[in-house]
Amino acid sequence: MRAILHSDLNCFYASVEMLYHPELARGPMAVCGDPDKRHGIILAKNEQAKRLGVKTGEAIWEARQKCPDLTLQPAHGYLYVRYSELVRSIYEEYTDLVEPYGLDECWLDVSDNLQTPVKIAEEIRRRVREELGLTVSIGVSYNKVMAKLGSDLKKPDAVTIIKPQDIKTLVWPLPLSALFYCGPRTVRKLARINIRTIGDLARCEAGYIERMLGKNGLGLWNFANGVDFSEVRPVREQEEIKSVGNSTTLPADLNSRDEVKQTFLRLADKVASRLRKANMVCRGIQISVRDAELVTIERQSKLYMTTCVTKTLYEQAMQLFDEHYFWQRPIRSLGLRAIDLLEADEDRQLSYLTEFKEEERWREAEKAIDKVRERYGNEAVTRDFRYCRGSDNQAVASELYRFKDKAGELADQHALPMGFQAHKK
Amino acid sequence: MKQRVFIDVLAQFHAGHVRPVSLILNDGRRFSIDRVTDVRRAPSKSGGAGLRYTCVIMEREVPLYFDEWENVWWYDG
Repeated sequence: MRAILHSDLNCFYASVEMLYHPELARGPMAVCGDPDKRHGIILAKNEQAKRLGVKTGEAIWEARQKCPDLTLQPAHGYLYVRYSELVRSIYEEYTDLVEPYGLDECWLDVSDNLQTPVKIAEEIRRRVREELGLTVSIGVSYNKVMAKLGSDLKKPDAVTIIKPQDIKTLVWPLPLSALFYCGPRTVRKLARINIRTIGDLARCEAGYIERMLGKNGLGLWNFANGVDFSEVRPVREQEEIKSVGNSTTLPADLNSRDEVKQTFLRLADKVASRLRKANMVCRGIQISVRDAELVTIERQSKLYMTTCVTKTLYEQAMQLFDEHYFWQRPIRSLGLRAIDLLEADEDRQLSYLTEFKEEERWREAEKAIDKVRERYGNEAVTRDFRYCRGSDNQAVASELYRFKDKAGELADQHALPMGFQAHKK
Repeated sequence: MKQRVFIDVLAQFHAGHVRPVSLILNDGRRFSIDRVTDVRRAPSKSGGAGLRYTCVIMEREVPLYFDEWENVWWYDG
């Protein structure tokens, strides 16, 4: 039988802040985003704030209503990354099979370690507290899902063991929301047919759940019955990139399509540049649009040719946006993600179609721009967003690259392909 | 509540190990570190965590902390 641990750093961001500012531990405190940049939500809170009902993800004003004495602390991302790495280096002393899940959670497969899993868990818990001043909750079990569930059962600073024979007594009475991958929407859907606990789900007929929730339903049914064969993937295997995306919360809500165009163009530029850097191309894109009332829609589409070009990503994003967003409310944030990725070298399409040739030329042009940016910084070449009237009298977007003086010369050396203009400032 | 007091430390770097040799307080006074009795990673009472050197200075035990990212030394003041 496998021995899997799931280790969860308790109130991670808040704990790191309290480590550096011990005076904050006296009362309820929360780490929040920057309200001036409209990131004013609660990112993490300490146990006292939690007891008063403060929730991660809610707006600062909501949290303050529940807890007027709440102390707010700005986030320090670099510290969280640093402490996450330090904790991970402790885990790696026990096994090289460590799979991170965010900054604060990790699975460890300690099946091959000569010590007992419970002893390892206790030792890790003690070391994290004594060496770093943080606390962890660790679930010890025979698969990843049960270990994760275990780490959620007792908090903070605790070790929980779930053996196969404990499932009916320990796991089945828990609410469905405690089950990994069972989100609020699934919980609501299952509540409609009176499935409210993990046990209710486990006792259902698998086929029925599959018909209702599809393939994911069958996965959840297996989890509810304590079945999960997924492996702990070592850190080095995490390198494989599945998607490349960027998103932005705007300083002020967007009210016009032109503003959306500018934002998507900026995002497409970033995403395409990251794709090229990773030597990848994508076969599809996904956009996300969050409106002023925080309602989010996500839509994706396949591309008819692979790309790592800003223009293609941008045009496809705008097409998706126009098809699916109807301006019920102004827009608060936008995201663009390149999905279904391929190594760029695997993707050499030989075609005489104009679109492919055009795509190839853009690709070369943008690679030249990457080189300029690499040498002189991102601001050396920026996009200029203009509008002109096309022959069909529809407004078409025309983007021109603006080259700053010192970068202009280099760009000329890299010789933009025919048909492209370099505009020197 | 204790405060982190950042100080200058003269240290010896040898074979990948760092050992504090003497320290200079903010008022300019200099003290030699007679012995280091223990080195381990630990949180400090005044905030933060780092490598804790338990130093003996004039027969008094003083924990000194070193943050290897920020390259700063401090004691709990």
